[in-house]
Amino acid sequence: MTREMTGAEMVIHALKDQGVDTVFGYPGGAVLPIYDEIIQQDGLEHILVRHEQGAGHAAEGYARSTGKPGVVLVTSGPGATNMVTALTDAMLDSIPLVCLTGQVPTHLIGNDAFQECDTVGITRPCTKHNWLVRDVEDLPRILHEAFYVATSGRPGPVVVDIPKDVQFATGTYQGPNANPGAGHKSYRPQVKGDAQAIRMAAEMISKAKKPILYTGGGVINSGPEAAQLLRELVSLTGFPITSTLMGLGAYPASGDNWLGMLGMHGTYEANMAMHDCDLMINIGARFDDRITGRLDAFAPNSVKIHIDIDPSSVNKTVKVDLPIIGDVGHVLEDLVRIWRTSSMKTNEAALKDWWAQIDAWRARNSLAYRPNQDVIMPQYAIQRLYELTKDKKTFISTEVGQHQMWAAQFYGFEAPNRWLTSGGLGTMGYGLPAAIGAQVAHRDALCIDIAGDASILMNIQEMSTAVQYQLPVKVFILNNQYMGMVRQWQQLLHGNRLSHSYTDSLPDFVKLAEAYGGVGFRVDKPADLDGAIEEMVAIDRPVLFDCRVANLANCFPMIPSGKAHNEMLLPDEANDEAVANAIGSAGKALV
Amino acid sequence: MNAQNLSAPSAYFLADVSDENETHTLSVIVDNEPGVLARVIGLFSGRGYNIDSLTVSETEHERHLSRITIVTTGTPMIIEQIRHQLDRLVPVHRVTDLTVQAKQASQDKPLERELALVKVAGTGEKRLEALRLGDAFRATVIDATTEHFVFEITGRTNKVEQFISIMKPLGLVEVSRTGVAAVQRGPEGL
Repeated sequence: MTREMTGAEMVIHALKDQGVDTVFGYPGGAVLPIYDEIIQQDGLEHILVRHEQGAGHAAEGYARSTGKPGVVLVTSGPGATNMVTALTDAMLDSIPLVCLTGQVPTHLIGNDAFQECDTVGITRPCTKHNWLVRDVEDLPRILHEAFYVATSGRPGPVVVDIPKDVQFATGTYQGPNANPGAGHKSYRPQVKGDAQAIRMAAEMISKAKKPILYTGGGVINSGPEAAQLLRELVSLTGFPITSTLMGLGAYPASGDNWLGMLGMHGTYEANMAMHDCDLMINIGARFDDRITGRLDAFAPNSVKIHIDIDPSSVNKTVKVDLPIIGDVGHVLEDLVRIWRTSSMKTNEAALKDWWAQIDAWRARNSLAYRPNQDVIMPQYAIQRLYELTKDKKTFISTEVGQHQMWAAQFYGFEAPNRWLTSGGLGTMGYGLPAAIGAQVAHRDALCIDIAGDASILMNIQEMSTAVQYQLPVKVFILNNQYMGMVRQWQQLLHGNRLSHSYTDSLPDFVKLAEAYGGVGFRVDKPADLDGAIEEMVAIDRPVLFDCRVANLANCFPMIPSGKAHNEMLLPDEANDEAVANAIGSAGKALV
Repeated sequence: MNAQNLSAPSAYFLADVSDENETHTLSVIVDNEPGVLARVIGLFSGRGYNIDSLTVSETEHERHLSRITIVTTGTPMIIEQIRHQLDRLVPVHRVTDLTVQAKQASQDKPLERELALVKVAGTGEKRLEALRLGDAFRATVIDATTEHFVFEITGRTNKVEQFISIMKPLGLVEVSRTGVAAVQRGPEGL
C-alpha cells in the first residue's frame, strides 16, 4: 500500500501495520505532530505515563508478558535521556522495545537547540540499533526495519529519532512488505541450529552421568513453544533442571525435576548440581557473573553445551565444548525429534545415583528461615502471597533488591511470561511501571508488583497512571525501612557500617495510595496477613500494600562474591561472624 | 578443556585454549551510513578492546559499502568475542579475521600495507643521509625545499616504523600515517 501522507501520519500507519495496539508515552514539543495524529484516530491506545522511564519499563512489562514488542513515544532532549535507563534495561534483558523519540528540526540539529540532545549518540551503546531519520521518504522503511531488528534474533531495544520537520513533511508511505525479502539488507540472525551439532548434543545426553539443564531468558524469548519443548526434553531425559532469574516459568516450579533457581541466591541443590555435573546444557542463558560465581571453579568437571541465538554469548566468559547457534525453540525441536527417532537412551543407573545425591542436597532445605509469630518474615509474606494468588492468572513484577530474590525463591512460576523482573541491569523502579504494562495487555489478570520500600519510591508517580487508566495493579511492599540488599552487602563487606542504607522519613504508604486515588493497606502482624491479601486481591483498584516485615532479615542462601558454587553461605550457618567473614579480599573488589 | 573426555571427534573441539595475546587483522564490511564508524569504535571502547590501527573508506560505491580494517590485540577468546560483537552490529555485513584465514592457508600473514608521509628538515650531511636512506627504503620525495623533504613511504608496519625511527636523528618533524590496509593473498575475495 502506498499513499501520500505526513511523517506523523506515517508513524501511526506503520505502528498499526506492525500490529501495535498500545503506545506508552509522554508528549513534548518535538513530538506534537505525532500526538496530533494520535488523538484523531482509533485503534491505537496511548497510555500517558508520569515519567518517560515509566513508559520504558511499562513497555518492557507489556513486551515480556505478551511476547510482542513494546512501543514507546517520547519527546526530544529530556524525554530521550529519561528513556536511557529503560533502554539499557531492555538491552541487558533482551526485551524487544521500539522507542520513537522526537528530535529538533533537522536544520537545528547540532545547534544546541532547546531540548536538543544527541539521542542516537547517547543511545548507541544501549540499543540494538538506532536511526536518525533525515528524510521523510526513509521514514516508513526505517520504522518497519526497527520492528524487524527489535524482534528478530536476540531481541532488544531500538530507537527511531524523528526530527520535527520530518514529522510535518509529506512523503510516500509504504507498508511492511513493500520490499521483497523485507526486514533488513544485512541483518539476518541464524535461527536453525547446526544439525550435526544437535546430533552430537543428543549423543552427549545419552552418555551423561551427572547432567543438568541450565536454562535462561532465551527460552522465554523464544516463545511458549520453546517452553513446551523444554518440558518435553525434561520428561524424555529425566534430567534435573535449574534456571536463571530471567528464565523462571519456562519449566514449572511444581515440576518433579525442578531444582529451583541457581546463582548467587539460588538453592543449594541447584548450585551444587551445577558444580558437580559432568554435562551442563545451557539453554538460552549467558553465564552471567551472578550465575557462575568464581569462574576458575565453575563446574570444573563438566562438558558444556551452549544453545544461544547470539554467537557473541558463546565463549564470552566460560569456554564451552559444544556451541549450538540458533533459536532455542528451533534447536529444541530438532533435539527432541532426533532423540525420539534415535534408539539413544539415557544412562539410567547413573541418573539414579545422581538424583540420590541431589535429594541429599535438597534435604539441606537451603531456603529455610526461622518462622516468627509476632513479626512478618519477608519470606513468609511471599509464601502467603503465592498461596493466595497462585490459582489466578497472575503476573508478578518486582523491583530490585532482597524482595526480588525472595520473590524468585518463594513464588512458584508455572508458565512463561508471568514473571517480569529487571535481571541484567538491576533497575530499582522497574516493577510498578512493568506491572502497569502487563495489566494494560491483560486487563482481566492479577498484576502484582512485589516491591521494597526503597525501590517503590523510584517510580511511585506511576500510581497516577494506574489510577487514570483504571489498571488495578497491586503493589506488595516488603517494608523493612532499609535498602535491604545494600545493607546486606554492607554487613558482608564493610563491617556492618550501614552507610545511608536506612530510609528515614518514609511516606505513609496508606495515605500515599489514597492521595493518588488508590487503596492503601498496612499489615504488621502475621495473623492479619492472609485476610489482608485476600482483600487486596478482591479490590478492583490500584493498591499499595504496606507489609511491615522483619527489619533485619537477610537473603540466603548466598554465594558470596569471589566464591564458587560449592561454597554457599546457608541460612542456618549465617551468623554474624560468618557473614562478616564470608567474602575474602579478592571478592571485595567484585560487584 | 574437556574435549579429551569425549570420544566423538569434532571440529567444535579444535578451539585454541591459549591465553597469550595475539595481534589480528580484521576486515569488516559495513553499510556506509551515518554513525557506523562510531558504532564500531564505541564497541571497542565500551568493551575495553584494543585498537592498534583502524582504516576505513567506502570501497563499493554503488552498494554504499565501506571496508574497515582493524588491527587489534587480545587473547584468542577476546579476538573471537570482538569478531562476534562486530558481527552483531546491525549495519555490519561481514567480519573476516584475515590473520586466521592466512594461518588456515598456511601463510604467515595477510598482505598488509600502510602509507606514511614523513617530513624531515635539515641541511648538510644529515640532509644527504636522509635522502640516501629514503632511497634505500624506496620512499618517494613528494615535496622539498633546500631545508626539508617530505617522503612518501608504503610498506608493512614494521618497515614504516623502522624508517621513521631512522629519520629521528636526521631531523624528523612530523609523520602522518594511514593505518593498515589488508587483503588476503590469492585470487579469492572476501
